[in-house]
Amino acid sequence: QEKEELIEEWQPEPLVPPVPKDHPALNYNIVSGPPTHIITVNGKECINFASFNFLGLLNNEKVKSAAQASLKKYGVGTCGPRGFYGTFDVHLELEERLAKFMRTEEAIIYSYGFATIASAIPAYSKRGDIVFVDEAACFAIQKGLQASRSNIKLFKHNDMADLERLLKEQETEDQKNPRKARVTRRFIVVEGLYMNTGDICPLPELIKLKYKYKVRIFLEESLSFGVLGEHGRGITEHFGINIDDIDLISANMENSLASIGGFCCGRSFIIDHQRLSGQGYCFSASLPPLLAAAAIEALNIMEDNPDIFQTLRAKCERIHKALQGISGLRVVGESFSPALHLQLEESCGSRENDVKLLKRVVDYCMNSGIALTQARYLEKEEKCLPPPSIRVVITVEQTEQELDKAATLLKEAAQSVLN
Amino acid sequence: INHIVHNGGLYKRPFNEAFEETPMLVAVLTYVGYGVLTLFGYLRDFMRQWKIEKCQNATEREEQKDFVPLYQDFENFYNRNLYMRIRDSWNRPICSVPGAKVDMMERVSHDYNWTFTYTGRVIKDIINMGSYNYLGFAQKAGACQEAAAKVLSQYGAGVCSTRQEMGNLDKHEELEKLVARFLGVESAMAYGMGFATNSMNIPALVGKGCLILSDELNHASLVLGARLSGATIRIFKHNNMQSLEKLLKDAIVHGQPRTRRPWKKILILVEGIYSMEGSIVRLPEVIALKKKYKSYLYLDEAHSIGALGPSGRGVVEYFGLSPEDVDVMMGTFTKSFGAAGGYIAGKKELIDYLRTYSHSAVYATSMSPPVVEQIITSVKCIMGEDGTTVGRARVQQLAENTRYFRRRLKEMGFIIYGNEDSPVVPLMLYMPAKIGAFGREMLKRNIGVVVVGFPATPIIESRARFCLSAAHTKEMLDTALKEINEVGDLLQLKYSRRRLVPLLDRPFDETTYEETED
Repeated sequence: QEKEELIEEWQPEPLVPPVPKDHPALNYNIVSGPPTHIITVNGKECINFASFNFLGLLNNEKVKSAAQASLKKYGVGTCGPRGFYGTFDVHLELEERLAKFMRTEEAIIYSYGFATIASAIPAYSKRGDIVFVDEAACFAIQKGLQASRSNIKLFKHNDMADLERLLKEQETEDQKNPRKARVTRRFIVVEGLYMNTGDICPLPELIKLKYKYKVRIFLEESLSFGVLGEHGRGITEHFGINIDDIDLISANMENSLASIGGFCCGRSFIIDHQRLSGQGYCFSASLPPLLAAAAIEALNIMEDNPDIFQTLRAKCERIHKALQGISGLRVVGESFSPALHLQLEESCGSRENDVKLLKRVVDYCMNSGIALTQARYLEKEEKCLPPPSIRVVITVEQTEQELDKAATLLKEAAQSVLN
Repeated sequence: INHIVHNGGLYKRPFNEAFEETPMLVAVLTYVGYGVLTLFGYLRDFMRQWKIEKCQNATEREEQKDFVPLYQDFENFYNRNLYMRIRDSWNRPICSVPGAKVDMMERVSHDYNWTFTYTGRVIKDIINMGSYNYLGFAQKAGACQEAAAKVLSQYGAGVCSTRQEMGNLDKHEELEKLVARFLGVESAMAYGMGFATNSMNIPALVGKGCLILSDELNHASLVLGARLSGATIRIFKHNNMQSLEKLLKDAIVHGQPRTRRPWKKILILVEGIYSMEGSIVRLPEVIALKKKYKSYLYLDEAHSIGALGPSGRGVVEYFGLSPEDVDVMMGTFTKSFGAAGGYIAGKKELIDYLRTYSHSAVYATSMSPPVVEQIITSVKCIMGEDGTTVGRARVQQLAENTRYFRRRLKEMGFIIYGNEDSPVVPLMLYMPAKIGAFGREMLKRNIGVVVVGFPATPIIESRARFCLSAAHTKEMLDTALKEINEVGDLLQLKYSRRRLVPLLDRPFDETTYEETED
């Protein structure tokens, strides 16, 4: 009888709290037509400085015709996971091509960029293992770490001394309990070019630390694949490091390759394990073949024109220099990074007001024909929330006049809004 | 146990679900089989360690041999010794559209499945009973494909940005409005991957201090989403309403485990059709319980959308219920719509909240435009808005195929699990050797089937799973049935010993599920 009363009295919270109508993230920009170099946002035509289309392959005719041919042969969907008649010859071909391009033994493809690193980490690192991860790691890595239930140790962004301190502490712990230390796996997870700060990670020092403390390295190359290095092979080519020294390289195909999905590459010893224990690989439908064919064609173009990487880097340097000295806004990111952030030099006090101020700058630019966007984060879920910023993306299709126009427009916007 | 239940007011149609018990002799022989395999496994590992047998596994680098080993030897025991032997039944590469008939690339192995080589020949016209192609929309010609081709040439293949930044195309808005109209709810939101829809949105809806009640046999994506959310998870027995009610009562009366504070929210996670069992969720009872105990319902219709219901609107329509009673309706576009991706549908407040706080909207790239167009065209076809009755005809064809196929298999004497109306048909194999044998024999006869064993199913209950499609004609089904009959005799798979015994109006209680009736 008492139980009936308790059941009557209990009132749950509403399923979702109400969202205010003017929440900045609620009203999306509507893009009509393809999100290419000239983009129509909310009815206005602008030059696109917001889509990660680094090599301009989104609108490439060869890529589109390869995808069309695949569509005529296979239809759209694959109707099954890789294990149950969802493996097509295009998937096998793409995996081979990616492995050959990156000069590793094997590659494995996922059908969603976010799920790539978020499924790869829990496949190797389990409860009781230790992962050292950079503070500025992207959200997908954080979710992968959360799913793995391992001990996470954050080290300050790009600070090798801090990482070495943590590794030394772990070493002393190990000496207290050598039996446990012999079965605890250790990993370092870093990104090639960080999405949240535009910085590059100091890979040569990391390799030294790897062999000194016997830790494995997982490298996330979403932004640096197809950008850094002489042939676009990423940060390992940029620093001239032997690719076998990195245990696992993970990247998504949604930036330079202008397709959908992601891949991991490395030695067969490591990659083969994911075919049975990568959750996003085994329990999910495979990549639609037209997207795989588009990625193969994009790889062909990357291999045939190795000079676009140099062109892209030159454009990045140009705009990086042009954006210096804007009063009120500071440029965050390496000079050759194609995705940089513009942060407020002085905050107004609260994050909400900063966001509103930056929105006015973005709106000013959009009204004058340059499409920009603010970098979006989930404020309550991020471990180390970056400050609000405007994201500027450089692509190979932007001409020098457009780059200069963008720089002058941003200067004007900053002048009028922030002063 | 068989029972046909009418149960008065809640169910408007008979609910026929059956899970015949494993015959004792078969269970014993299965354990013996696994025992023998394990012994051989130890023997082979021993020989590999002492270098009597060549080790064909990939190995660690020389420079990293003194690192902590990446895999424990025991973890891979099953993989090395049992899975390797029958590995050729999975990951079969195909090279044509995954419709009712499919072309497969032939591959052979000269070293007992450690490596495969492709002979270069293509086996043509294999009857495809493994792809999730329920309404037959996996086509390489037709209205859907033409529309997708047009959108591809206009928009390109990728999007290169997230929904909240610059990736929200007009096509996405069109899709979401259409999906909401199709399901009869206020609004909907679409995502690029079905797995990610669950694993990224359940954490946005519930958090610490909430309770999740999840079915025993839920899919890996639901389990991962529940774990990532940080809420307390309690599991109830598969499709067992007494178990669920007991958990609900206990939860409200006793509150959180140590502090005794009341729970913030209770969320029940169920699926429409469970893909390994072929069972359909007891939705009317779940909704009655949910209303009585004021909890929320999350329904994952990955396999049932498009496949159940007189007009293909899923398990809610199948039972004649209102979509307003389900708080969160989730589904995927991979199975019945021949595309890729997932959606969540429900009230406008829910979808607005997800637009702002879903992990996928903020960090993941939006859906590819030709895929979106394929979904739009196929949904319009099912609804009949493209001016033809093709959609309706397909839904009816699927229902007929399901009933026919299941009836014939039962008559032949196989043990078939699941509900009579579910297009997923699991046929029990039990013994490990028969898993490999069934897959290979059927392929010799030009029929492609899916076999599943441990760890996707309990260790002695391995099965072959057929997925019916509206694209299968009666001739194809008859051919398949003839071959299955032959192989069943060859491998002695006809274990069933019972005839259907209708039990009218039997009261529900726990013991009903253990007794047998003959």
